[in-house]
Amino acid sequence: MLHYLNQDDVTRPKPVSGIAVANVSRRLFLGGSAAGLALAAFQGTAEAFPRWPHGGQTMPNGVRNDPLIFVKLHVDGTVTLVAHRSEMGTGSRTSIPMIMADEMEADWNRVEIVQAEGDEPKYGNQNTDGSRSLRHHIQMARQIGASIRQMLAHAAADRWGVSATEVIVENHTVRHGGKSAGFGDFAEAAMALPVPAFEDLSFKSEDQFRYIGKGEVQITDLRDITTGSAVYGADVVLDGMLTAVIARPPVLGAPVDAVDDTAARAVAGVVAIEQLPVSMPPAKFSPLGGVAVLATNTWAATQGRDALGISWGDSPHSGYDSEAFMAEMVETASKPGVVFREQGEVDKAFAEAARTFGQTYTQEHMAHAPMEPPVAVASVTADGAEIWAPVQSPYACRLDVADALGLDAEKVRVNVTLLGGGFGRKSKHDFAIEAALLSKATGKPVRVQWTREDDIRHSFMHTTSAERIEVALDAENKVTGWKHNSTAPTILSTFAPDGGQQFFIETGMGHVDMPFDIPNVRCDNGKAMSHARIGWFRAVSNIPRAWAIGSFVSELAAELGKDEKAMWLELIGSPRIVDPKAEGYPDNFWDYGESYGAFPIDTGKLANVLDMAADGIGWGRDMPEGEGLGLAVHRSFVSYVATAAHVKMVDGTITVPEMHIAIDAGYIANPERVESQLQGAAVMGMTCALHSAVTYKDGAADQSNFHDYEMVRADNFPEKVVVHAVPHGFGVHSTGVGEPGVPPVVAAIGNAVFHATGQRKRALPMGASI
Amino acid sequence: MATLDINGVSKELDAPADMPLLWAIRDLVGLTGTKYGCGVGLCGACTIHVNGVAERACVLTVSDVEGQTVTTIEGLDDDGEHRVQQAWRELDVPQCGFCQSGQIMQAASLLSETPNPSDEEILDAMQGNICRCGCYQRIVAAVRVASTGS
Repeated sequence: MLHYLNQDDVTRPKPVSGIAVANVSRRLFLGGSAAGLALAAFQGTAEAFPRWPHGGQTMPNGVRNDPLIFVKLHVDGTVTLVAHRSEMGTGSRTSIPMIMADEMEADWNRVEIVQAEGDEPKYGNQNTDGSRSLRHHIQMARQIGASIRQMLAHAAADRWGVSATEVIVENHTVRHGGKSAGFGDFAEAAMALPVPAFEDLSFKSEDQFRYIGKGEVQITDLRDITTGSAVYGADVVLDGMLTAVIARPPVLGAPVDAVDDTAARAVAGVVAIEQLPVSMPPAKFSPLGGVAVLATNTWAATQGRDALGISWGDSPHSGYDSEAFMAEMVETASKPGVVFREQGEVDKAFAEAARTFGQTYTQEHMAHAPMEPPVAVASVTADGAEIWAPVQSPYACRLDVADALGLDAEKVRVNVTLLGGGFGRKSKHDFAIEAALLSKATGKPVRVQWTREDDIRHSFMHTTSAERIEVALDAENKVTGWKHNSTAPTILSTFAPDGGQQFFIETGMGHVDMPFDIPNVRCDNGKAMSHARIGWFRAVSNIPRAWAIGSFVSELAAELGKDEKAMWLELIGSPRIVDPKAEGYPDNFWDYGESYGAFPIDTGKLANVLDMAADGIGWGRDMPEGEGLGLAVHRSFVSYVATAAHVKMVDGTITVPEMHIAIDAGYIANPERVESQLQGAAVMGMTCALHSAVTYKDGAADQSNFHDYEMVRADNFPEKVVVHAVPHGFGVHSTGVGEPGVPPVVAAIGNAVFHATGQRKRALPMGASI
Repeated sequence: MATLDINGVSKELDAPADMPLLWAIRDLVGLTGTKYGCGVGLCGACTIHVNGVAERACVLTVSDVEGQTVTTIEGLDDDGEHRVQQAWRELDVPQCGFCQSGQIMQAASLLSETPNPSDEEILDAMQGNICRCGCYQRIVAAVRVASTGS
């Protein structure tokens, strides 16, 4: 458990470990920073630190700026920094502490990171979701760093009898005149001082940054990952622990009528068999229920589970059939629905149109399929419960485990391991609740291990949708009206009785915020009931909406004989800040939890990233037979991302030899991780475009493992992905990165396939070959 | 009882003959660097070496490897400084990191058999190892770095 030390350990000095030393790249050379940074050399708050309002302040438990919670200076010079967000591959476990370290002038080689347990009253919001980690914590990290630097300076000033403004704090040392000391020498004195008020802090100017904005600090777990010692959920081993594998209802909500466990009990190593109550949505993150086989090892538990003879009862969802359901949704989307956005005179525009043009786009369910399937370890005793799990929202997990066990939350502790991928799946901690319930039932520590089949069949599915877009055109082929009916089962059905309608968070993701400069716009939503657990998948509803809108722009261009990029720019119009009220947005329009005034829709940024991506790929050049370029641009998570894809057909197979992704994400603190996230988005977007579908027949999922739920692999992936980030100073606040890369990739590939083959794909997934 | 020669150590295991090597390594030997991803040889997260050659531990049994040499990520290099591990760090390959033990073991096997693989040989060798985060660009580049030094 080297990296998941108890929070108590923050208060105890620890030696600098080899791991911390290994954090430094051989490329990382720390020279060249401004020499001699006395407090007076730092900038005041106003010029160096424009305080952006951001949605973190309105998240549950908000953002905490208290350095005493996140930092511990040790007398040996080690600086312990707490990472309070879950690490699932975005790099936030490195980036946020890196910002703290830079602003406090700590040497990254002497920084040690410990992972916070789930405790939001202490750490502030920990829900690692919604592309929020840097967006909501870049300011807090700088404030904490600056506080510690100032406290060190004051501690030195007190001891040396000099003015604090003349004390130099630089690269893990504190100096004045001929006096010099390490951080460790003032560790206790500095931590005992009052924490300065924000207004009294001074901050580094951007040219004084050592790590921020450089992309040279390697992820803190890099050495452990490459040596096999990094700790993920299944790597936690407790004495006497049993491993459980669970037979869950093949159809959502089907009860266990009868169990024959004779054969299961005969499997060597099987210790216990326990039933879990079957839940029916809305059940939030409650386990699905079923029959658990607990054994001394994973293989025995799996064998035992497979040997169970279970008669499942009926469920109202046993008729779920994806093919029939999709036909129904397509029909529904072609009719008027509940209107969420109404701008101008839409019916008049269509009645007076010289012509109209419409198409329908669809998407099947998707499972997240993180490489680490859901897994959790629980130890429930008379004293309380302790969980070790790869969860995206450890405090919510703690509350839900407490609730499931009938315990006070104070009696539950949730330790966060590394996440072997999350993508939204591990926001739903049903697997941790399963482990807690089974530990309580057996009186032993229990690890619940989901098999890959369990993961794909029983995910919290990305919704399935039908998107109908129609435009009205005048005699000059100018678009005068836009109608978009988005029909899809709602995430809300996981939390409340299913009304079959999208809610404001879903409609805010690429539906009502359609940014084109069109005078008459209607966005409506048809009814679609849920028959699977609906959850959220990286980028959520933005994927089907960006797919539909992005494909439609390309189709419209082809229909009107226009260039695709010119069509995009014509629809986006001249640069404007969208006025949501004037453009008929709903009163409850959701701008990713941000205040709209601080993060408005800026169409100039959309056009700019589109230009960047198009220029990168060489838009407009002649392509050989069987090759084509495609474009798409989409704003999500308050970032603007454009993708230009080059598709080349090879023996009927779709390949994507090159992709350019341009992003405007405000100030970028860790460009290296932004690049890796967008390279990854290219791959995941290609998987969504070509492969991803979980379909249902007789209520049960058809797919179960990577043979029928395929992934893009190394033999056919976007080999060249060039990332272009719009440069900004710290004054332009950071926006989301983890999710917004995916949506435009999907549409750009579809459009490039059209240009390469002449075939228009309107259903996701489009398949790997034509 | 079965005898497993793993990372240079001989282990007596109380494992049924049909237990997949993956679970013997993880649950009985206690080495957790080898990951479970699919259980049926489709993802490569559990890639280990048998006599120096990459194999999927989830589709071998303990009895399949009796008398043979098994190497896991923990035993690839005593100091964790195999050239593939170094290349992985140089190019900051991982995102979540979960599949990377398997990717590294696969790449190390490729390079021991084919020290200077062509692009096609790299892609062919690595296509059995899924990375859901999508680190393939850097994985392929890191194999090249490990092979050629650049």
